[in-house]
Amino acid sequence: MKVYATYNIKGGVGKTTAAVNLAYLSAADGQRTLLWDLDPQGAASFLFRVKPRVKGGGKALIRGTKALDEAIKGTDFENLDLLPADFTYRNLDLLLDESARKPTERLARLIRPLAAEYDVLFLDCPPSISLLSENVMHAADVLVVPLIPTILSVRTLDQLTEFVAGFSGRRPRVLAFFSMVDRRKRLHQEITKSLAAEQPLVSPTAIPALSLIERMAVERAPVTAFAPRSQAARAYRELWSQLS
Amino acid sequence: MTVEPRAFVLAGARSEDAIRDALGQAYTVSEEHAAAGSGARRRTWLDTFDWRLFGAGLVLEHEQTRRGGRLVLASADGSPLAEQPVTGWRSGPVAQLPGGPVADRIAALIAPRALLAAASVASTRSVFRLLNADGKTVARIVADRSSAGATELDIRLQVSEVRGYSAQARRAAGLLAAVASPAMGHVFAAAAASGRSPGGYSGKVDARITADMPAQAAVVLLLRNLLDTLEQNVDGVLRDIDTEFLHDLRVAVRRTRSALKLLGDVLPADLTMHYQSEFKWLGDLTTPVRDLDVYLLGWGDLTAGLLAATADDLEPFREFLVRQRAREFRLLTAGLGSVRFRALTHDWGKALAELSEPVPRRGRKTKAAGARNPAAAGPASVAARVPARALLPAGALATERTARAVRQLTRRGAAITAQSPAVSLHDLRKRGKELRYLLEFFAPIYDQTAYRTVLSDMKKLQDCLGEFQDSQVQREEITTLARQLLADSAGPAGRGDAGRAGGGDQAALAATLLAMGEINARLAVLQQQARADFDDRFARFAGPVTQRHIQALLNRGEQ
Repeated sequence: MKVYATYNIKGGVGKTTAAVNLAYLSAADGQRTLLWDLDPQGAASFLFRVKPRVKGGGKALIRGTKALDEAIKGTDFENLDLLPADFTYRNLDLLLDESARKPTERLARLIRPLAAEYDVLFLDCPPSISLLSENVMHAADVLVVPLIPTILSVRTLDQLTEFVAGFSGRRPRVLAFFSMVDRRKRLHQEITKSLAAEQPLVSPTAIPALSLIERMAVERAPVTAFAPRSQAARAYRELWSQLS
Repeated sequence: MTVEPRAFVLAGARSEDAIRDALGQAYTVSEEHAAAGSGARRRTWLDTFDWRLFGAGLVLEHEQTRRGGRLVLASADGSPLAEQPVTGWRSGPVAQLPGGPVADRIAALIAPRALLAAASVASTRSVFRLLNADGKTVARIVADRSSAGATELDIRLQVSEVRGYSAQARRAAGLLAAVASPAMGHVFAAAAASGRSPGGYSGKVDARITADMPAQAAVVLLLRNLLDTLEQNVDGVLRDIDTEFLHDLRVAVRRTRSALKLLGDVLPADLTMHYQSEFKWLGDLTTPVRDLDVYLLGWGDLTAGLLAATADDLEPFREFLVRQRAREFRLLTAGLGSVRFRALTHDWGKALAELSEPVPRRGRKTKAAGARNPAAAGPASVAARVPARALLPAGALATERTARAVRQLTRRGAAITAQSPAVSLHDLRKRGKELRYLLEFFAPIYDQTAYRTVLSDMKKLQDCLGEFQDSQVQREEITTLARQLLADSAGPAGRGDAGRAGGGDQAALAATLLAMGEINARLAVLQQQARADFDDRFARFAGPVTQRHIQALLNRGEQ
């Protein structure tokens, strides 16, 4: 099972739209795919029309008193399941800290049994730097990092790669991509162009800021599903081909 | 991902209308165009000749679409249990079925039988989503519109669960159940349209004998049932579909021979005598292929227990058995295609039909007895030659003959000592089989509990005698086969199978013969074990508990 995590310390940068579309594309490729909506805001759950509720909440999942697979819901798409968000996920940091030894690797241990059922797991993380994000980094094979094309957000990528480099043992691969790129803004264009060329960790594929992507919240479906021939869907497909 | 769906059938209506009518109040129903699994397909219902899957409450379908084939195993209520993709396989021996979840599930149940097409339909499948208030798909309905030839079948609706929404699937199934019938009927209809009747064949004796019917009528009914079983298996034997056809045919022949021997005195004597000899011929005709089948079917067990030799050492022996079987099979098919065989089944059927005419009140023998083929002598002569005891009540005949068979078995068994030759145990086994057959023939007359108790009491003794005798036969055979293998390999090259072990192959031949020797030794050990067990098994059979059970059976048979 290959584990992808969409992560950024900042919010509103396109993590959930990336997770939802990339997970859909993975499933459409015929891979059994699970998306875990770890964000208590439940945006990914909303986009798949699944109620953001898990029986027993995050506590039951983290403590292992309720098997993850009981909480999983089928989406409307073949090969794609969702582990919904729950408002109690806001306390996941505390729950992880309470749990046994090596609290930074609890999540990695927890998801291990899912490998029997899934080829690909996406973790859609809430924006923060916390014990949960550290758990996610330990559990993931690939950290997918959406970046707004600004100097400051690019700095956070450097901080993240340094942080990951400090891990002993297994480290996730980091792949960043520019997200919400406004082609009318010169700065966006310049940064996208120069950094994609300079930074080997930054994908040459950028996801443009398009109203069609915002429309996902109205359609409550991945743009790759409801507008598969759109520019947005093309961009996500290109990004997915680099990731997979 | 789908689990635990349930299936229904709806008569006549358009599937979409039917689904909306049944579920429209609870859900928004939306057809999923170009959904995975929708479109045209051929669905073939598979089962063994003796309906083993049907008997176990299972339905196996082969679905063929343009994209490929797959096997779907479901329970009788339509809940899928397993599925696996298959390419290039439609039907045939289960051993040839590619490995997978379905094969794993059914192999032990149906081996060594082949899977045959019980019914085949052309289907068009549509998929409908059931949406909740959020527009989320919470279940799917898979609708199959099918036809078998010109017959349009009811629409099959299958509730397919969406993971995490099992309550909704149950609810949808509950709503459909109110307007539709369970899907098993769909399979029946498909089979009926293909001229098959599920469960329509069983190798078991199935003569509806009653205690008060005349003995001859009961025996004729029984023999007719055995002839039906025999005839039903001929085609499968000739087409070599699986080895059970020959097995069932042979059992029908053995039962017929036992019936003629033990009950034949209620039929005209010349008729009984003639057919005893004809059925012996038929039994002998089928023996060589069956013996070779037994070897080949048990090959895995045979090679698994080798200590000094390896399975590879035995491979030339296996190849030799396969060639032998091909040779013997040609002789068998020639025999089953012969005038003698056709006359046997035809004339025997005719004689039984004539005998099932009402028996004259005062039967008497005529001079027609002793004709070379008594069945050809005409109805008047057959019916006229019935012996007086033909009019005895069947219940009395059953009790008398069963009691006699028990006495014989008990007496002969008691006479066996440590010094008795193998043949006396073989003889005892035959008497045991005769008793068992008698019990089966008259099973409808007996109290079922008492009947099952006696059969189970007898089983341990029969198993032990069977083990002893089978080991004996196999040891004799392996010795003969070793000689034949040696003769084949020593012959001049180019003649038949000859010359296979010439020159450098001598070492391989020696290894094969040594391995056969090891098998022979193992069979001897098994035989010794069976011999050692015999005294105890027989003592139990002859002991008070079993005898009390037999007495209870006979007493009730007389009632």
